[in-house]
Amino acid sequence: MMLLHRLTHLVSCKEATRLLSRREERRLRAAERAKLALHLGVCDACSRFARQLAFMRAALRRYRT
Amino acid sequence: MPCRWPGLRDTACLAVDADLFANELPAHRAYLLRVARLSLRDADLAEDVVQETLVAALAGRDRFSGRSSVRTWLTGILKHKIIDAIRQKQRRPIVAADFAEEADLEAFDPLFTDNGAWEAPPADWGDPENALARHEFMEVLTRCLERLPPTTARVFMMREIHELESDEICKELTITANNLWVILYRARMALRHCLEQNWFAATPRR
Repeated sequence: MMLLHRLTHLVSCKEATRLLSRREERRLRAAERAKLALHLGVCDACSRFARQLAFMRAALRRYRT
Repeated sequence: MPCRWPGLRDTACLAVDADLFANELPAHRAYLLRVARLSLRDADLAEDVVQETLVAALAGRDRFSGRSSVRTWLTGILKHKIIDAIRQKQRRPIVAADFAEEADLEAFDPLFTDNGAWEAPPADWGDPENALARHEFMEVLTRCLERLPPTTARVFMMREIHELESDEICKELTITANNLWVILYRARMALRHCLEQNWFAATPRR
């Protein structure tokens, strides 16, 4: 439990948002994916942010139809 | 392909189709102009590329397959005209002084505390998909895109509206992958904040 706690705090929200944005541009490395998944597992704010990113992408696609 | 107009012979059918196509083009002009303005941030240049797009569409209408909508087809032509225009304008790399500020990730970021926590966590957007059908939402989205800094906007439009791949954009604009990521990140954060302020927080659940 302590280990999990420490791992999730390896990634700040600031860093998690950067990983989420970068994920749109290239496949994340295994370590990055693991860090991000751990963070999203415990952070509601960043999970919300991730859904908002996906929504914005869909909205921008609307411009083309 | 069978004639869409019952009773017409092949040649007559083609003529009618061609006329309808030509008549339909002006209806898309406003949309094309909006996309061009957002992509180029130069009203005169935007007029030029839209004009070129419509001329090219008329000249090449035989190549319109009918598999996509006319608008999607026009947007495809516009994309190439916009990239050509950016190429001609961009004789020098854009990673110059005017651009350094927009690409600096280490600069102070007011969205996060020193520890990297959210200053103000994202609000609950409810079911944002409902907004997509609303004309007013698309207007807010346009205004938010207009507020992005010029270089950021150009890069963001190439990526999200014209759907170029990251490496294509880097090549066209002579910027590094890292510059590109930073610009796109800044654009997404700014756009998210703007949408939240002007739509989701302004009128929750509408």
